[in-house]
Amino acid sequence: MLEIKNLHVQLEEEDKQILKGVNLTVDAGKVHAIMGPNGSGKSTLSYVLSGRDGYDVTEGSATLNGEDLLEMEPEERAAAGVFLAFQYPVEIPGVGNMTFLRTAVNAQRKARGQEELSATDFLKEVRAKAKSLKIDADMLKRPVNVGFSGGEKKRNEILQMAMLEPKMCILDETDSGLDVDAMKLVAEGVNALRDEGRGFLVITHYQRLLDHIKPDVVHIMANGRIVKTGGPELALEVENNGYADILAEVN
Amino acid sequence: MALPEVKQTATEARLATLTMPDAGCTRAAREDALARVLESGLPNRRDEYWKYTQPDTLVAPHAAPAAVLQDDESLIFDELDRLKIVFVDGVFTPEESDDLSLEGVVIDRLEDICCKDIHWAKELYGVLEARGQDPVQRPLAALNTAFATDGVAIHVTGKPSKPINLIYRHESPESDVVLHHVIRVEGGAEATILETGPAASRFNKCMEIDVADNGTLHHVRAQGRDHERRAATHMFTRLGQESVYKSFTLTVNGVLTRNEQIVELTGDDAVAHVAGACVGDGDFHHDDTVFVTHDAVNCESRQVFKKVLRNGATGVFQGKILVKAGAQKTDGYQISQSLLLDDDSQFLAKPELEIYADDVACSHGSTSGAIDETALFYLRSRGVPTKDATNMLTLAFLAEAVDEIEDSSLAEAIVSRLEGWLARRS
Ligand SMILES: Nc1ncnc2c1ncn2[C@@H]1O[C@H](COP(=O)(O)OP(=O)(O)OP(=O)(O)O)[C@@H](O)[C@H]1O
Ligand SMILES: [Mg+2]
Repeated sequence: MLEIKNLHVQLEEEDKQILKGVNLTVDAGKVHAIMGPNGSGKSTLSYVLSGRDGYDVTEGSATLNGEDLLEMEPEERAAAGVFLAFQYPVEIPGVGNMTFLRTAVNAQRKARGQEELSATDFLKEVRAKAKSLKIDADMLKRPVNVGFSGGEKKRNEILQMAMLEPKMCILDETDSGLDVDAMKLVAEGVNALRDEGRGFLVITHYQRLLDHIKPDVVHIMANGRIVKTGGPELALEVENNGYADILAEVN
Repeated sequence: MALPEVKQTATEARLATLTMPDAGCTRAAREDALARVLESGLPNRRDEYWKYTQPDTLVAPHAAPAAVLQDDESLIFDELDRLKIVFVDGVFTPEESDDLSLEGVVIDRLEDICCKDIHWAKELYGVLEARGQDPVQRPLAALNTAFATDGVAIHVTGKPSKPINLIYRHESPESDVVLHHVIRVEGGAEATILETGPAASRFNKCMEIDVADNGTLHHVRAQGRDHERRAATHMFTRLGQESVYKSFTLTVNGVLTRNEQIVELTGDDAVAHVAGACVGDGDFHHDDTVFVTHDAVNCESRQVFKKVLRNGATGVFQGKILVKAGAQKTDGYQISQSLLLDDDSQFLAKPELEIYADDVACSHGSTSGAIDETALFYLRSRGVPTKDATNMLTLAFLAEAVDEIEDSSLAEAIVSRLEGWLARRS
């Protein structure tokens, strides 16, 4: 599904190399986790995949089901099925959460040549999904993420994901800022979306999330590269011993 | 003191084109106003108060022609139940207007107030305008009082069931119009006044509003979209105890607009909110000049002005809060912001506070910025195309001003006009 080959990325503004040859393939139906020290380039990878400005790809490629992602505008990537749950969800004063969700759902449907969702169908769906994430009606009415607590923002990201039903879900530290119960809700939200046709890339620092969302593959990213790949046991190793051993081993 | 020669000459040239209507009972007020004009002269670009807006075309002897906009957008508020008072090129047109009788309000044409025994209007005409000349002179308003050719006197005695809509149609590309309205809201009474339409190629409008204790006046205005029209408007409002005045103005297009709001809070616990949203593209200059005077205890005032500017458009905001000695517990708020959609557009702001009481809370802020790139990316990453995302963020930017409109159906009508403007540019 997602195929990243030898991806090199530097900042547009300054001559700083952040990703230094990332190779990663996520097959449909699989959950991959990425762990790695602060500043290793995990968020940068997620931004480059979703099309944020400010980065230059100097080498390599990234494709989704064979389509060149790097050539597409962010909205085209979204319509193609890429979704990023932001590490820091953005506050948008003046735009109601509900309006935002509906605009996004219908924009993607339109881009794919599907009919727009009727107001009633949309409402029904959003209410049901919000309920399972314990997002109350008031949060749906408020401006996007404005005045939301850290955990509420993360749950709101998952609600968007649930509504948009993307093919390739990238979650950047969606577990940070969540209390134990909220983490379960979020994990349930993710697990509910797990199916044959959908891939996940879950960026996290903690084993705890992976207790709930069982990954198929775990990668360790350090200094702009994937330095080690293994099974779920790799996450446990990090949890117990930190990164020192792994980094020493690869250097 | 003699006026500078240029000013003297320009003032005389303008006066030479005007004839004072032979309007019996307002005659004295008109003569007084003319004296004020002669004393101050009409504004020119050297005047501090006109530093950011060139008054030349507003003062020139004749109006520059302005094409009448022809398109198929329906008239704003068309779907709402309201009492229509129509002026075509500045002339009250009864055939187009509704019957002016409505419970809770008495409406008269200005020229009829003399033959009727309507003392309140005679006592208001030119009075608030004259008060508003101090500490800053507003000669175009005095000129209006002296030479206005039409207008209405609206006496709100109860709570009329629907808004009163002054509709200004623009039909002649040569029209040069001076209108003057007076409004008196009695104690406990409440009304909504709507003003819509481009009015004229050049429009000078003055409105004097006297709100008695416990009275409430809502004012919502949508200035017409004719690209080449010019307007200088003044709203003079005096507020009694526990009275409320809430005014919102939408300006879409127009080559030059100067809207002045002069508000005096003279009774304790009064509330005044003045707000505006404007969107301009290219040859567009929009000036909001506001002067709020707190002269009583525990009053609240808000000024909320938002401007969206593109293709070299200019926005101006001059806003002042004056808190007089003794006006304790004043709560004054002022915000003016512009969203610049490109580097060619500009926003000039002069926020001012002048405070002579010690127990007050006043804040003001002014900002100018581009579309928030992070928010834009967030929307696009969810599949919203760039154009739509930009429009959403633009409407979101204007929302704080639009939110000042209490009536939701009026607010919705305003938002749909803004959406229309954005859509025409997509
Ligand atoms: N716009 C930018 N300007 C300057 N430096 C940047 C920018 N974006 C990323 N970086 C730098 O690139 C490196 C990788 O950052 P990135 O946010 O991708 O790390 P991360 O692995 O997500 O870290 P964390 O675990 O702390 O979230 C860091 O050193 C960061 O400071
Ligand atoms: Mg990160």
